[in-house]
Amino acid sequence: MKNLSLATTLAAVAFAAAGVPALADKANDTLNVAFTKELENVDSYFNSSREGVVMQRAVWDGLIYRDPATNEYKGNLATSWSWVDDTTLEFKLREGVTFHNGEPFNADDVVFTVNFVADPANGVKTQRNVNWMKSAEKIDDYTVRIHLKEKFPAAIEFLSGPVSMYPNEYYAEAGPSGMGLKPVGTGPYKVTSVVPGQHFVLEKNDAYHDSPKGQPAIRTIDIRTVPDVNTQIAEIFSGTLDLIWQVPADQAGKLSAMDQFTVANESTMRVGYISMDAAGRSTMDPNPFTDVRVRRAVNHAIDRNAIVDNLLKGSSKVINTPCFPSQFGCVQDVTSYDYDPEKAKALLAEAGYADGFTTEFYAYRNRDYAEAIASYLNAVGIKTDFKMLQYSALRELNMKGEVPLSFLTWGSYSINDASAMVSQFFKHGSLDDARDDQVLADLTVADSSTDPAERIDFYGKALKRITDQAYWAPLFSYNTNYVFKKSVNYTPTPDEVLRFTTMTWN
Amino acid sequence: MLQFILKRLGLAVLVAFTVSFISFSLLFLSGDPAAALAGEGASGEDIEALRTLYGFDRPMLVQYGDWLFSALRGDFGESYYFKLPVATLIAERLTVTMLLGLCGITFALVTAVPLGVAAAIRPNSLIDRIALFLSVAGQAMPSFWFGLILIVVFAIKLGWLPPSGAASWRHFIMPTIVLGYYAMPAIMRLTRAGMLEVLNSDYIRTARAKGAPEVQVLFKHALRNAIIPVVSLAAVQMGFMLGGSIVVESIFALHGAGYLAWESIGRNDLPTVQALILIFSMFYIVFTFLADVLNAWLDPRMRSS
Repeated sequence: MKNLSLATTLAAVAFAAAGVPALADKANDTLNVAFTKELENVDSYFNSSREGVVMQRAVWDGLIYRDPATNEYKGNLATSWSWVDDTTLEFKLREGVTFHNGEPFNADDVVFTVNFVADPANGVKTQRNVNWMKSAEKIDDYTVRIHLKEKFPAAIEFLSGPVSMYPNEYYAEAGPSGMGLKPVGTGPYKVTSVVPGQHFVLEKNDAYHDSPKGQPAIRTIDIRTVPDVNTQIAEIFSGTLDLIWQVPADQAGKLSAMDQFTVANESTMRVGYISMDAAGRSTMDPNPFTDVRVRRAVNHAIDRNAIVDNLLKGSSKVINTPCFPSQFGCVQDVTSYDYDPEKAKALLAEAGYADGFTTEFYAYRNRDYAEAIASYLNAVGIKTDFKMLQYSALRELNMKGEVPLSFLTWGSYSINDASAMVSQFFKHGSLDDARDDQVLADLTVADSSTDPAERIDFYGKALKRITDQAYWAPLFSYNTNYVFKKSVNYTPTPDEVLRFTTMTWN
Repeated sequence: MLQFILKRLGLAVLVAFTVSFISFSLLFLSGDPAAALAGEGASGEDIEALRTLYGFDRPMLVQYGDWLFSALRGDFGESYYFKLPVATLIAERLTVTMLLGLCGITFALVTAVPLGVAAAIRPNSLIDRIALFLSVAGQAMPSFWFGLILIVVFAIKLGWLPPSGAASWRHFIMPTIVLGYYAMPAIMRLTRAGMLEVLNSDYIRTARAKGAPEVQVLFKHALRNAIIPVVSLAAVQMGFMLGGSIVVESIFALHGAGYLAWESIGRNDLPTVQALILIFSMFYIVFTFLADVLNAWLDPRMRSS
């Protein structure tokens, strides 16, 4: 018995010594933040999550930077760039920049990074972020050329987004797993500790170059994964967290009413939409969605304003296009459909479905939104056999063309170019349920033209055709809530990326 | 005896692999692992490339055979999601889960057994009623709700305990109570029922008649016999706690093996799920085995059978 109590005491002491919880606060210049999802790998080329983008922007830099407020492109690791020809970009690099491990940044790093990520054998997770690049070539220590596989006008946008520069010597040795555990970049924050998926500590980079991102103000960013939103809220109440994000609308509403925290809401690029099997790929027979009148009826049947006001709230907006309005080329002058259930019924009757019909209806997230949509459809006579699936399972069915009607969403990876959305779905790929040749032709021109005016023109044509034919029912944009202590000063951006560099203490 | 143990161990391994084979087949039916791996936004070509890279295009039996062969050599492969060795990943998370499970079952036994005994000594008394109330409440209260209530009271209102995390022993107090409380009612009711039955038996009357002190009658004669089914139950509960503390781990942000299993299923991280299922089923088997040994020690009649 005596031994047992001694052992217990020792265990307790050992435990207490193992970790005294770091106190949040301005006093010790540490900002405590929660992630909801376990980030798989800090190496930004080997994760596909929002948390990964947040880390990427803090730890690494790209050649170019897009100002989130003005959407203007500025030099970051490059000081200038120019198109040599349609498929070659030349960059002058910034001198005097060093990586967190002391390695100097120069053309070798750019060449190594581009050649590494562009090689499909290296398995970068989101191939479309990098697969437009063929290779990179060093001209001199601070001049480098990137060769494209084919014309790709969105290159600048991608280079300001997911493509960041890695240290060649370190990355060659550490690889993606090593980089994930001990990340090294040129960014405003360096990583001092990683417990995979659970805990990340960032420290201000005092030697950060004169970047358009600005200089970091807060010394330490301590990020813990807290999967339960209610626990996150408890943590911010008890003072052990300073900032949480992606807070659901109802909870954010309550927190905002208490006036104890700052609750900020910003839209994201994610667009919710209904996809219909216009091409008749599914086994549904007869397939009402091959009739444009039925597709227009679906568009008229849903009260998108009511869904936005009551369910999404915040800065969400009704969307009329199969792209997010801020994206380059996402022309807003298109056919739009107002809420008109009578018109929907009339259109259905005209198409021979006066008594309505029954269809399978699939969704993978936001069950409440999907149920609202289903009830609007039921109201005009479209009876739904509602099926909620895991994302991967629904995706598989979508690709096989087995889904007559589904509620889907697309986040465009925060890429501010229409090609990241409309061209993903309407170019006769496995996810294309419209298969419209005219749309394909227009998008092909728009995607590869290097003349901005021509691009806008052809995206406009494609978008008008898509909306006129009502291949989709575009619904709304998403938003996210940020809740933080009054001692924190932060203005969220519309691309759902937490930017630690712009956070300060009040 | 040795032959008996070896036989049982062989059977245990067979059970573990049967479980793993069935789970492997079920996972296979649950969706395209390549699509899940590629994540949202992958193109059809990305998914096809992954399918070939990971060998999902091979027949299921071949894939299972591959996994089994490596697992037998202690190689559980690399997590698709974290890109880290599954063994490292699980070892790290299992520490938290084991600690939590041990604390939880200890808490449950230390509170439930005395309450059960007390309730049995004076059936229908106030203490029996309190014990009954506690057990009904324990069964009825979902652990996520109980956990949140504890957080609200002890972390926010009183500020005595940290709301979540695993940084110090203080972080484990609330999760232990929540996890242990859930296991308490069954243990308590079984102790009470066993004690009531035993206390009415002839040998207890004999013991009392020969003038044995009441404490000795209760603990040496009665409890030792009444506790046997409790030991078996506690073993199962322990297995349940190690594999099924998902809710508690999630609420208290503990990042244990249960939560890892749950998340890995959603991510279609097959190597991690497979390894965890194997480990969890081994736990059940080992604990049941230990319970048998313990029971054999408590009840000599079991030793010969």
